[in-house]
Amino acid sequence: MNHGPPGRLGTLALRGGVTAWVTALVAVPVLVLAWRGIAEGPAAFWAAISDPAAVDALWLSGWTAAVAAVLNAIAGTALAWVLVRWDVPGRRAIGALVDLPLAIPTLVAGVLIIALFGPQTPIGHWLVGIGFPVAFAKPGIFLALLFVTLPFGVRAVEPVLEELDPAEEEASYTLGATPFYTLTRVLLPPLFPAIAAGAVQTFARSVAEFGSLAAVSGNIPHRTLVAPVYVLGEVEAGNPAGAAAVSLVLLAIALTLQPLGAALARRAGARRA
Amino acid sequence: MRSRRRPTGPARVVFAAVVAWLALLLVVPLGALALSVAGSFSAVVAALTSAEALHAIGLSVGVAAVCIVANGIFGVAGALVLVRQRFAGRRLLDALVELPLALSPVMTGLAFLLVFGRNGLLHPALDAVGLQVAFAWPAVLLATLFVTLPFTLREVALVLEELGDSEEQAAATLGATGWQTFWRVTLPNLRSGLVIGTTLTSARALGEFGAVLVVGGGIANRTQTATTFIHSAIEERQEPAAYGMALLLASVAVALLFVLQRDRE
Repeated sequence: MNHGPPGRLGTLALRGGVTAWVTALVAVPVLVLAWRGIAEGPAAFWAAISDPAAVDALWLSGWTAAVAAVLNAIAGTALAWVLVRWDVPGRRAIGALVDLPLAIPTLVAGVLIIALFGPQTPIGHWLVGIGFPVAFAKPGIFLALLFVTLPFGVRAVEPVLEELDPAEEEASYTLGATPFYTLTRVLLPPLFPAIAAGAVQTFARSVAEFGSLAAVSGNIPHRTLVAPVYVLGEVEAGNPAGAAAVSLVLLAIALTLQPLGAALARRAGARRA
Repeated sequence: MRSRRRPTGPARVVFAAVVAWLALLLVVPLGALALSVAGSFSAVVAALTSAEALHAIGLSVGVAAVCIVANGIFGVAGALVLVRQRFAGRRLLDALVELPLALSPVMTGLAFLLVFGRNGLLHPALDAVGLQVAFAWPAVLLATLFVTLPFTLREVALVLEELGDSEEQAAATLGATGWQTFWRVTLPNLRSGLVIGTTLTSARALGEFGAVLVVGGGIANRTQTATTFIHSAIEERQEPAAYGMALLLASVAVALLFVLQRDRE
């Protein structure tokens, strides 16, 4: 089938042009990055990623992303359930709010958290006083991650929930099942692939998150310095090879999670994930 | 649409929790930012009308405009190739188009730095012709083109898949040439995908931070964008400038979101 403008030659020209554009803009830079990560040999690569500050940064990124994925799976499922099943006041406004993090620049998300919880604000001052600082500490990292990933959890579950018949939930309820039984035995099982797809997407985005965390985390090595911000530090310190090595670890995580998330989304039957 | 009931029983508790969650995460921080801008309004106006700020806004808008046009063309061409053509390597091309969504912005910046920067792959060649890319505006543009690459293409591809090709077949049967069919039939049908894709591209282009910071350097009056302006204002502890620009970008985001909501319906 040839539908490209006009004819066989046009089809080939279009394909060639698109391939050239993607190759130059995406494939070449990413390949150069991967090459620079390993160019100095396995020993140098190992030294770069086993630097204690790098290990701590990767570990911090990994576990905060995992916690964010779980929290966002719960919040996202609850939000989707409320939006799909119930006629709540302000339903359209809530739907719009859920998409807001897609449009708000990630650095601005960080600034928002500082504007509310920064040590110069009354709330932030009080929180520091009681020994629970949010800005430039781990709670700020979680707030930032949950802000930027909010749409993923909701939008993964929503279309699947739309397809589920509420009669099943109601039947379970009418037959005397507890809300907990209805939730865990009737509602959640068919939603599981969709919830997992949203969680994988949340994890992947959280591990890669930079802008909001650069602003709120305080970037203290070994304590609040996440992997992407560590990479920036290595670039600024004139160590592009070390930065590229840690980037390779992040790239490997991303390339593992992308097909996993896509497979889960296919199983969930969600058209957009 | 299925009829919905007012929440009862445990649904009320879940609803209250969900509203509290959104308030803590989104509404209250936005309110705090707006209040703090209102509290130092004249300083904010002065900071946002400085030459540096205006240059940063101009660069962000200019780069976003180029990205919108380039992605409009590439999005339609790429969607036509990926949806309509079958060839060896199609899946690889598809994966490459999605790759920018998976990479951390810092890695994008670093990748371009390793191509165009000092000791970079293309640096000797560029130096010979006297062209500077890294830490100059072309780097900001390239990095933003990279991160916005998938958006328009994905939205156009979704429309194209739903559309099928019966209208185009009809046009061809009636004697239209390939170009006539493209301009009169295909392209008008893709309008909704292009509008949504362009909206997402604008939001991402105006908001890109990590990649343009690493490869552009955020040099005032040269490679500083709206976001890197906020970054340096934070580092220099100039709150009115940082908060003012952040509120400006957040307002643009809300406006873009309205366009998005309207077109999704």
